[in-house]
Amino acid sequence: MVPETAGMTRLHLAIFAVLLAFLIILPFFVYPVFAMKVMCFALFAAAFNLLLGFGGLLSFGHAAYFGGASYVAAHAAKVWGLTPELAVLCGTAAAAFLGLVIGSLAIRRQGIYFAMVTLAFAQMVYFLALQLPFTGGEDGLQSVPRGDLFGVFSLQDSIPLYFFVLTITFSGILFLYRIVHSPFGQVLKAIRENEPRAISLGYDVNRYKLMVFVLSATFAGLAGAVKSQVFQLASLTDVHWAMSGEVVLMTLLGGMGTIFGPLAGAAIVVTMQNYLATFGAWVTVIQGVIFVLGVLLFRKGLIGVLAQWLKRPL
Amino acid sequence: MIRTLAVATTLGALTATTALAQGIDVKLGVLNDRSGVYADLSGEGSVVAARMAVEDFDAAAKGLNVTIISADHQNKPDIGSNIARQWYDADGVNAILDVPTSSVALAVADITAEKNGVLINSGAGSTALTREQCKPTTIHWTYDTAALANGTGASMTNAGGKKWFFLTADYAFGHSLEENTAAVVKASGGEVVGTVNVPFPAQDFSSFLLQAQGSGADVIGLANAGGDTVNAIKQASEFGITQAGQKLAALLFFVTDVHALGAQTAQGLSLTEAFYWDQNDQTRAWSERFMAIHGKQPTMVQAGVYSGTMAYLAAVQAVGSAKDGAAVAAKMKEADIEDPLFGTVKVRGDGRATHNMYLFQVKSPDKSTGEWDLYEQIATISGEDAFLPMLPECDFTKK
Repeated sequence: MVPETAGMTRLHLAIFAVLLAFLIILPFFVYPVFAMKVMCFALFAAAFNLLLGFGGLLSFGHAAYFGGASYVAAHAAKVWGLTPELAVLCGTAAAAFLGLVIGSLAIRRQGIYFAMVTLAFAQMVYFLALQLPFTGGEDGLQSVPRGDLFGVFSLQDSIPLYFFVLTITFSGILFLYRIVHSPFGQVLKAIRENEPRAISLGYDVNRYKLMVFVLSATFAGLAGAVKSQVFQLASLTDVHWAMSGEVVLMTLLGGMGTIFGPLAGAAIVVTMQNYLATFGAWVTVIQGVIFVLGVLLFRKGLIGVLAQWLKRPL
Repeated sequence: MIRTLAVATTLGALTATTALAQGIDVKLGVLNDRSGVYADLSGEGSVVAARMAVEDFDAAAKGLNVTIISADHQNKPDIGSNIARQWYDADGVNAILDVPTSSVALAVADITAEKNGVLINSGAGSTALTREQCKPTTIHWTYDTAALANGTGASMTNAGGKKWFFLTADYAFGHSLEENTAAVVKASGGEVVGTVNVPFPAQDFSSFLLQAQGSGADVIGLANAGGDTVNAIKQASEFGITQAGQKLAALLFFVTDVHALGAQTAQGLSLTEAFYWDQNDQTRAWSERFMAIHGKQPTMVQAGVYSGTMAYLAAVQAVGSAKDGAAVAAKMKEADIEDPLFGTVKVRGDGRATHNMYLFQVKSPDKSTGEWDLYEQIATISGEDAFLPMLPECDFTKK
């Protein structure tokens, strides 16, 4: 791996700036709700990538935080009548708490056992979402009001809502970038590369693992909470294990352990789901073929391969 | 005076001709499951049905330029609502048809009301569409879970099936289906001798079926759907439950499911539907054309898409524009509709389309003359008896 320099940081910041400029003009060219969906999933994948790509922990239960937060945020906005930003905060806090509980148990195991423990807990959350009275069972929570930001600005129209979502998701992704490049992030990478050595250097590995787990769950929750405000619903799809699988695919397709990979992966997967919908039964077949090609041709993910080609970490 | 009249008539005729020449643009979106569990009972068949409706309505000759688009919502409410929004905002869709899967249907109903389109739902069973979450722009055709429960529960109890045992899928849908049916059974003078909650989804029903068999019930009610019902029926057939004299009642089941199981396995099963291809000359003639295009007999959901589209196009023609969804929906509620497939249909103020429902029993293989000759009609349930009464706050015609 190429060592990081100030030049690299400048390159990343430049890409972020271009990306931001692109996202600001995007809603005037593509359908805003679709663009918001892509951004929510980009944040979700980026949060997942923090855990998998930089912490080296494969969680197979991230739908629990994503979906759990979307249920809490939807409930907060619909039943408690909170404003969107408070509803999103409630959802995120719930995901953080869930992450703390599940994480503190799951990090005691490694590898496949870690993945299975997270999956098991996620299935429990799914069961709760199906059975608890406030979740609406298999119909989910419907007609969540879009509300007024800070109680003042109406988010009824798609364009103001778009910029609300853009602000949250973009800052979330920048924050994740900051975490990765902080001393904390360096320790994480050290643990990922060689855990016994990190222990011998005196790091309390479990504390770091738990912290990254909670951070990842929190941001996954943030993405889920925002999504519930965009679509005005929270449903079982969000907590289903297939959602956990989807985020793994997004991250792998884009490039695990890269900064921009999960964003690209999320964009590709969501675009496919959206624009292939008219092909009917062929959707799943086309998706499958693309994934097979992705795995065969871009072993390190699209952005991973691009980074290798440019000899710069992206 | 006469001159003014003549001028007025000429002007009127002129405007009429221009309107005819320009035509009314109508764009219909068929949104359903095209790859998953409901693809067989809705899917491409519903698109075929909608196209047949446009053809039979003779839309072009009546000055309607109708285009039909379709998409797969993959049974996910977020994908479904995204497509629905996009259709209304960007693609200029006026009405969305079909939409099976209640969670998706409820989401689309919300968006439709917000965008002033029309949702003509045929595929979803949730009564919430015309009750808790009723909207002036929602029309619910074909069936709902209450109508199925009423049909099967009341008719079978009246026919002597007094003691009921329920196999209930352990989630909200299963419980509400069981509650609805149990209430009807009790109201008709029957009793519920037992209930067992089956985890959802389930593969192995043997222990639950043995309980049901030992309960001494006349009727075993299957308060579940899709793969669960199929599994339960297959295993019940292995236990020889219907041959031993107990009746099996599926509370949500479709002709394509029965066809997939075959008459051998499904024989003796009772179920309620709104439409069966082999009911009368009109349904047979229509189904024959449908079969020629699609290769399968139509389900009641697909027939409902056809009838709903016909009624919608008639309303659009009467209103003169498809732009104002609420106005078109209100028009659909004005008068009774004589439908070739469903008979007399009355669209109530809450958007619930009421019509006769029928209790069918699956024929035994020796009585069945072909792979699609599956049902024997047992009873007819009138629209007033089958559907739940209207909630006063949902009557949008009185405002």
